Amino acid sequence: MENKKTKSKVLVNHPDYKEHQEPWIRMVKIDSVPRGIPLLVRVSALLGAMLTGAIIILAMGSNPILVYISMITESLGSASVLRETIRIAIPLLITGLGIALAFKMRFWNIGAEGQIIAGGVAASYFALFWNGYLPYPMLLIVMFIAAVVAGGLWGMIPAIFKAKWNTNETLFTLMLNYIALEGLRYLQYGPWRDPRAFGFPIISPFPAEARLPTLFGVHIGWIIALLLVVLVHIYMKKSKQGYEISVVGESVQTARYAGINVNLVYLRTMFISGAIAGITGYVTVAGANGTISEEFTGGVGFTAITVAWLAKLNPVAMIIISCFLAILDKGSGPLVNSFGIPSSVAGIITGLFLFFMLGSEFFLNYRLVFRKKEGNRE
Amino acid sequence: MNNSAVKMVNISKSFGTVQANKNVSLEFKRGEILALLGENGSGKTTLMNMLSGIYYQDSGEVFVDGEEVVISSPKDAFDLGIGMIHQHFKLVDVLTAAENIILGLKGSVTINRGKLASEIREISQKYGFALDPNKKVYDMSVSEKQKVEIVKVLYRGADMLILDEPTAVLTPQESDVLFEMLRKMKESGKAVVIITHKLQEVLFVSDRVAILRRGELVAEMNTEDATIKSLTEGMVGRKVDLAIKREEPHFGEEKLIVKDLTCLNVEGHKALNDVSFSLRAGEILGVAGIAGSGQRELCESITGLYPVENGSIIYTENDVQNELRGLTPSEIIKKGISLAFVPEDRLGMGLVAGLDMVDNMMLKSYNIEKGMLVNRKRPKRIAEMLIKALDIVTPGVSTPVRRLSGGNVQKVLLGREINSEPSVLIVAYPVRGLDINSSYTIYNLLNEQRKKGVAVMYIGEDLDVLLELCDRIMVLCNGAVSGIVDATKATKEQIGFLMTSD
Amino acid sequence: MDIDILTNFFFMAVIAATPLLFGTLGEILTQKSGSINLGVEGMMFMGASIGLSASYFYEFYAGDGTIGYIALGLAVIFGFLAGALGGFIYSVLTVTFRANQNVTGLALTIFGIGVGNLIGDLLSTHAHGFTSSTEATRRVVANVGIPFLRDIPILGRMLFSYNMMVYFAIIMALLLMWFLNKTRVGLNLRAVGESPSTADAVGINVTKYKYLAASIGGGICGLGGMVISMVDNSGTWVFNCVAGRGWIAVALVIFAAWKPSRAIFGAILFGGLSVLRLYFPLDGVPAQVYDIVPYAATIFALVLTSIRKSKESAQPKACGTNYFREER
Repeated sequence: MENKKTKSKVLVNHPDYKEHQEPWIRMVKIDSVPRGIPLLVRVSALLGAMLTGAIIILAMGSNPILVYISMITESLGSASVLRETIRIAIPLLITGLGIALAFKMRFWNIGAEGQIIAGGVAASYFALFWNGYLPYPMLLIVMFIAAVVAGGLWGMIPAIFKAKWNTNETLFTLMLNYIALEGLRYLQYGPWRDPRAFGFPIISPFPAEARLPTLFGVHIGWIIALLLVVLVHIYMKKSKQGYEISVVGESVQTARYAGINVNLVYLRTMFISGAIAGITGYVTVAGANGTISEEFTGGVGFTAITVAWLAKLNPVAMIIISCFLAILDKGSGPLVNSFGIPSSVAGIITGLFLFFMLGSEFFLNYRLVFRKKEGNRE
Repeated sequence: MNNSAVKMVNISKSFGTVQANKNVSLEFKRGEILALLGENGSGKTTLMNMLSGIYYQDSGEVFVDGEEVVISSPKDAFDLGIGMIHQHFKLVDVLTAAENIILGLKGSVTINRGKLASEIREISQKYGFALDPNKKVYDMSVSEKQKVEIVKVLYRGADMLILDEPTAVLTPQESDVLFEMLRKMKESGKAVVIITHKLQEVLFVSDRVAILRRGELVAEMNTEDATIKSLTEGMVGRKVDLAIKREEPHFGEEKLIVKDLTCLNVEGHKALNDVSFSLRAGEILGVAGIAGSGQRELCESITGLYPVENGSIIYTENDVQNELRGLTPSEIIKKGISLAFVPEDRLGMGLVAGLDMVDNMMLKSYNIEKGMLVNRKRPKRIAEMLIKALDIVTPGVSTPVRRLSGGNVQKVLLGREINSEPSVLIVAYPVRGLDINSSYTIYNLLNEQRKKGVAVMYIGEDLDVLLELCDRIMVLCNGAVSGIVDATKATKEQIGFLMTSD
Repeated sequence: MDIDILTNFFFMAVIAATPLLFGTLGEILTQKSGSINLGVEGMMFMGASIGLSASYFYEFYAGDGTIGYIALGLAVIFGFLAGALGGFIYSVLTVTFRANQNVTGLALTIFGIGVGNLIGDLLSTHAHGFTSSTEATRRVVANVGIPFLRDIPILGRMLFSYNMMVYFAIIMALLLMWFLNKTRVGLNLRAVGESPSTADAVGINVTKYKYLAASIGGGICGLGGMVISMVDNSGTWVFNCVAGRGWIAVALVIFAAWKPSRAIFGAILFGGLSVLRLYFPLDGVPAQVYDIVPYAATIFALVLTSIRKSKESAQPKACGTNYFREER
């Protein structure tokens, strides 16, 4: 009830007086950091992650330095392991590129997993059922187009709802992942099941005509990935549509002021974002795996989100991040043989790396201000 | 008997180079309603925000009940019994009135809703109004939300209430109810301050009035000694010669003819009510009015950003008439109509804060050239040219505009719009937050445009500037035109009166 | 239709619902504070493996003297703490360091799955093959039910014959419902999740609330994982045992419209769908159709909410954005 509360006045001669001065430490948003600082911050974050990982490895009774060296030699040390590492990096990189377009628009597309599946399924359809009707390179091209269209349309669904009813895209895209996955499982356990597989629920391997050729021992997905890096970079930085994405992402209000059709940009960008994820599906089924299965994405759609984000949506930086994650993944596989460390340690080290990198961003955006002399307020 | 509630002594506060308050000393008492009167930007809200803990003064002292205090957070203000009801309500939409009222308060683990409801009813009855404690805020009208805010501070034991422009969002009937409440609060011994720029209100409800102008306290009097004339004079001040060069006008054709323009706001009320006027080439038409009289809707409906309910907007180019009503901004651009608009929200609407100057230069023109790619050569040249021509202080053309100072941001925006060689230029509050020098740069730019034969519409708040800069001044009041006067002959009092003549 | 099949089906639906319900309740609490933590899957993995380890090592050292209640109790405590650690890491990154909520949640998922499977693998190695609860623990964990009541025909089976974690989950839901709707702290928490600046202005410590909600919420998710490893799998570590149930919990939060009471029914519904085909296989309807229903229903609920512009059953408004009180 009013006035019931006893008033505790903050008086100048009151012992609490000092506490009501400026806080000891506070944060200020900053717009720019001196050159070199970002690199320093990231290297420190990497070291922090490695140090924390080292403690975990020590706790398991192994020498962390030897483990790290082994991880590097097992992922980069020879041509054959290097090829394997690149094979892991390709889908991360391609998907990250697609996600970056959506994120640039502040459209939180966490549905790349589903878009990859949509693309993979569409490509597989042609691989499985159109071989023989289409000449050799045509089949691969048709598969590619199918993957692009399917991934793009799957990505566009949440954008339609976002444009029309402002439906939360984070949750929508997340749900679509599982619908796509169940669709794929239906095919694998039902109509596409290989009758010659002794009862195993698998889909038959693609014919050779539906396999991507290799170059330097790796399927040409890596060329597609690098090509996409260039294309996405140009699209984001040099094209009108990329410019529209930046404006919409910064401020919908400004975009309207500039005469940009915001809903069209939502739909178009999500089509492209999904289409690029669809390409991931294509290179995975036609390149790395040579068939499709319910596990073919390997969670790339989720991991690639961290790739895009840590690279600050910069296509070139994504090459580095995706290769780094691939090194962690590939390098930790054989640890079980040499050190008795299960390969799941890769998840922990990757997680630690992501935690530290995410946390370190703070130091590029905020500055800590310590209290100045008494009573010296801004 | 000493019934002084709050005494502020020599309070000064500045933001960057803008001095918001300068040596203000003000006292308010229990059992009294004080009106704090002043134009937009005269420093009323800033002054009161120092009592509510939002800002902290650069210098000066505050005394509550005769003792010096430090108010460094809203909580401190609450503890001292000071409650401020801001213009923008701070309420949680999905909670009920009662829940909003007890938010953050200590007490029993569970909420005794029955008791709480009766307490709220008791408070509201005491001051003569009704409030349903169980109604969700999102179901409430603006005046109901305001009541929740008032009960919120009363429930917390405030005995000094500050209301910032409380009637700005209310209908006249609702305002009367509010005044009745305020009187009852006064009678129960509370100190009440209302921040306002409506003269009738001051005379109607207050006991004492303090007038701020340009951050300084210029007059303080008992309301019974005040008249509309004396208040207007105090508020607008004697005419100040700003020495803005004004040349002989050369008026051309009527570029823009607006007829019976009507727009609705979100609540369905008329934000613009049958507005009709014309804008000639080679003139600056000033638009005066208290904040929220329909200025934003006027600018945005002309530029295709705000839905028009009724009326027409005719644009004339070489005797060819175009109806702008119903066109989107991109359709206006495509028709080749060179309509430039400097909106009030510079970084949230006129510019893209996170992009650099080059990218901002092409915001409205990126699509003019054919092809898939943008051509940054031309915008880069424009950016470099503007930096030189307008003395824009920036590390370079590739610095995000967010990092520029307010004056430089405005030069970037206005520079871009002028560079598009418009035939109609609409500017909304172009000097708000700018220092004197930047302001003069802006006035000169606008005058040059006028000389070149551009039809300029200037939405302003400083009457001195409007009188010296413009050829004619249209005064808006509650979304309607209350008068269009010749700026060379009109007086500030005359305009001030039109602004507040409901 | 045979009544036994029906009651059996309901029984199994409730069993399947329990880990989902814990995950959902934990995420509801987290989201109510304005944080969307997509790391439920990871936190469930952490709870599953660390909860199991606690019980396993207790049994290992106690040997024949194992007391089942202590083993389960330790699993509950450590399962909770493990999940809470996940929630705490999330809070440090999103609340203090203001990292993107979605990305942090995904990182937590990757980390948690790694932690879960690594610890699970190490446990299996330690146990020379696979872990398994001792008889004493199993007796406590499995089918306790409520004496006498469980003997009532049909109803006894349907309502009173579950293991204690089922009842714990339902009590937790009721408790959360009471907390959010009836208590002051719950009210303040909702304000933080809807409008942190308003909460801040009335003196609520936004940071503290967000930390506590995400950590306790994470702990509750951890309990869900613990139920999978300790109860459903009888103390045996199964590689990848959480198997996407954390994500179903995220879907359930939306489906339940952020309301614990609806979460109970939603969890039973989703749990029921996951076992439905075992009990009522329909000719020509593939299993995946049953599995799709939860997600399709969730999308339907999500779209409906947005079309109606419903304020009541929408996500807390501050979700996805980090609060930064600009300097005064």
